[in-house]
Amino acid sequence: MNAVKPLKLMIVDDSNIIRRRIERSQQIDRLQVVGAAGNGREALELFRRTDPDVVTMDLTMPEMDGVECVEKLVALKPALLILVVSALADKATAVEAIARGANGFLCKPFTDRQLNDALAELLQDA
Amino acid sequence: MLTEGEIRTFIQGAVHYFEVSARQPVAVGSPYLVTDGVPSVHEYTGIIGISGKRKGAVCFTAPRSMLMVLLMRMNETDTSEDNMKDLIGEVANTISGNARRDFGREFVISVPTVVASDNGKFNSPVASRAFVIPLNWRTHSAKLIVCLE
Repeated sequence: MNAVKPLKLMIVDDSNIIRRRIERSQQIDRLQVVGAAGNGREALELFRRTDPDVVTMDLTMPEMDGVECVEKLVALKPALLILVVSALADKATAVEAIARGANGFLCKPFTDRQLNDALAELLQDA
Repeated sequence: MLTEGEIRTFIQGAVHYFEVSARQPVAVGSPYLVTDGVPSVHEYTGIIGISGKRKGAVCFTAPRSMLMVLLMRMNETDTSEDNMKDLIGEVANTISGNARRDFGREFVISVPTVVASDNGKFNSPVASRAFVIPLNWRTHSAKLIVCLE
């Protein structure tokens, strides 16, 4: 029997509460949280150390924002799956994030179910 | 100055935040324009600077007791001072970011600045008068303060 390979999840958000919430609430069996970062710069460092397969990415962050970070991460690993999790609710922002390489968009605030549905959809092709 | 529709955007943002994050409705009082002085704030205030087409600030201010219960409703067990500040900033950030659904992407929001002091007053970064939207949740009172040019 073939075991399904676990996928490594990195969480990027400047809010500790949101980082902990995503870690606590995600219930996708295939996902293993390998770390969390508070801004884009920390995310790039964590990426180099942990080589994640999946990322949840906030957009409004200090140091380096999420859009710039998405672009840099996708350049390092084109197969990376990125779910943007942001309060920025305008369509143009979602469209830009997808254009820069993100694979999905979840608007804050979110329920546990919405988070898990968004992650499940992201992983459909993984 | 804010239009009635713009005020409604912020009310909807606050209502939506509590519905989803706290899974309990918030009661919204009558919004009012501060005509004399500056609005007072509670123990914690999260401030989002606004730039782009509009300039000013959006603030969410609440007492510690309210934030404590809100964290618990979110299944967060860490009720440290750092998490109180994190939460107040995140509420302000979420309501401001959601407002872009109506204001568009030219409504540019900053990362949150958090002030922890119950003796403070909200000093607006712009000349426009502030609108206060009173919020009552369980036994607690909070305010959303919006000041935009």
